[in-house]
Amino acid sequence: MQHKTRALSSVIEWGTLLLSTLLVCFFLVVVIWEIVSKGAGQLSWEFVSTIPSNGMTEGGIITPIIGTVLLTLITAIFSIPFGVACAIYLQEYADDTWLTRTIRASIRNLSGVPSIIYGLFGLALFVQAFQFGTSLIAAGLTLGLLSLPYIITTTEEALMRIPNSVREAALAVGATKFETIKDVIIPSAMSGILTGVVLTLSRAAGETAPILFTGAAFYINGTSGFINQEFMALPYHLYMLSTQHQSIDEVRPIAYGTALVLIIVVFFLNLTAFYIRYKYRKNEN
Amino acid sequence: MKTKLSAENLNISFGAKHVLKNVNVEFSENEITALIGPSGCGKSTLLRSFNRMHDLSSDAKITGSLKLENLDLYSKTVPVTEIRKRIGMVFQKANPFPKSIYENIAYGLKINNLPHDKAVIEKALREAFLWEEVKGDLKMPATRLSGGQQQRLCIARAVALRPEVILMDEPCSALDPVSTLKIEELISHLKEKYTIVIVTHNMQQAQRIADKTVFMYLGEVKEEGPTSQIFGNPLNEMTTNYITGQFG
Repeated sequence: MQHKTRALSSVIEWGTLLLSTLLVCFFLVVVIWEIVSKGAGQLSWEFVSTIPSNGMTEGGIITPIIGTVLLTLITAIFSIPFGVACAIYLQEYADDTWLTRTIRASIRNLSGVPSIIYGLFGLALFVQAFQFGTSLIAAGLTLGLLSLPYIITTTEEALMRIPNSVREAALAVGATKFETIKDVIIPSAMSGILTGVVLTLSRAAGETAPILFTGAAFYINGTSGFINQEFMALPYHLYMLSTQHQSIDEVRPIAYGTALVLIIVVFFLNLTAFYIRYKYRKNEN
Repeated sequence: MKTKLSAENLNISFGAKHVLKNVNVEFSENEITALIGPSGCGKSTLLRSFNRMHDLSSDAKITGSLKLENLDLYSKTVPVTEIRKRIGMVFQKANPFPKSIYENIAYGLKINNLPHDKAVIEKALREAFLWEEVKGDLKMPATRLSGGQQQRLCIARAVALRPEVILMDEPCSALDPVSTLKIEELISHLKEKYTIVIVTHNMQQAQRIADKTVFMYLGEVKEEGPTSQIFGNPLNEMTTNYITGQFG
């Protein structure tokens, strides 16, 4: 009798878990299907290579594409060196004191701060205090700040996974601490670091709130490209076409097309991360 | 025999834990000395104090004198990298760099500004009895070698720097009996050129390769002498109990 009840309860457990998984997959498929089915018709070389025209009811999205690429580039230039350096310091140099523990906990907490807060902070610091104005550089730096905690945390975790025996191996042949880190630790941790960096940047590329007040424009004439000027960006373009445009029905197809392009960009960034991980794993074994 | 490496009144503690107590020990040139004793007796701690591996632990407190011939190993005027170049180390678990076989040997030579052409690499690999097995595949990642081969690569990496002393911390504990014998043969061969101090838990191993044996217990040296005497006719009762397997 007891055997039967246990068998039954394990079937129920299995069923519940399967159902949860299917439910999650169902919504994912619906969202992707919705975007692909309505946006695929928009996709063409012309769509991704021409500027928006006729009050954005026609034309392509090259302006927001360029804006997003440049924005992500500035984010990367700012956040990768500082983030990785900070992680190396915390993990390899800093002693385990209450101060470093506080700093580490603060960094973890920062990654939970809502992105709109970063937007407002960027507005106050870069746009106003530093007098950058609403511009590509101000928005890029704001996204850089948002990315820092993620890059620091993932890099620290990648460094933590390197066993101490590897550090000792380098020291034992007469390497200095710096040489050990540069020649042995970082190369060993590279796959983890790069994966974290790419995933963080792909997240940053899709953010809207931090660039809302710091530089993203509703529309600019011609292509963006100057770091001291406003720019168009894919996520903001999408938000604006979906909710702010005066002829919403007319621009709906363009909105779906933009969403699809954004998803494809993020998908490829994620694919890059998986590829990097796969390549380094293969080398390690 | 000339004394190569020595510790005098050595005390080491980590925080409140007093790990080595007044250790006095000498290791002779071109001899193999085995450090034996139960786990936690401080043999690894003693071994690692010679190439200053405890520099990594901020809570380590070391007093007494450690010398390589007449050189004070903890002198502020000698760079620690120079000491580690002259006193090489092989670890318990093979820890090759995540680089090619060739680079594993070349790296230490490069950072020490020593020649690192192919002939030097070949010589080191030959000395570690590894050349014949890897000569066609020097570009292969070292991590693809077997455990025993990796450990011999780590020995090659150490001898490439032409150290005076090689410290070995249970180098065979993670290996199968065949690889172990190969490494023991290698170690016996290496003593012609180097002074070797080896920590081991394997009593047969100590008897097979060591000229001298030091028995440690709870952070103190209890007995030391020629291996045949330690195993054949120990003076200390604890030594007898340990080597006959009554505790450990």
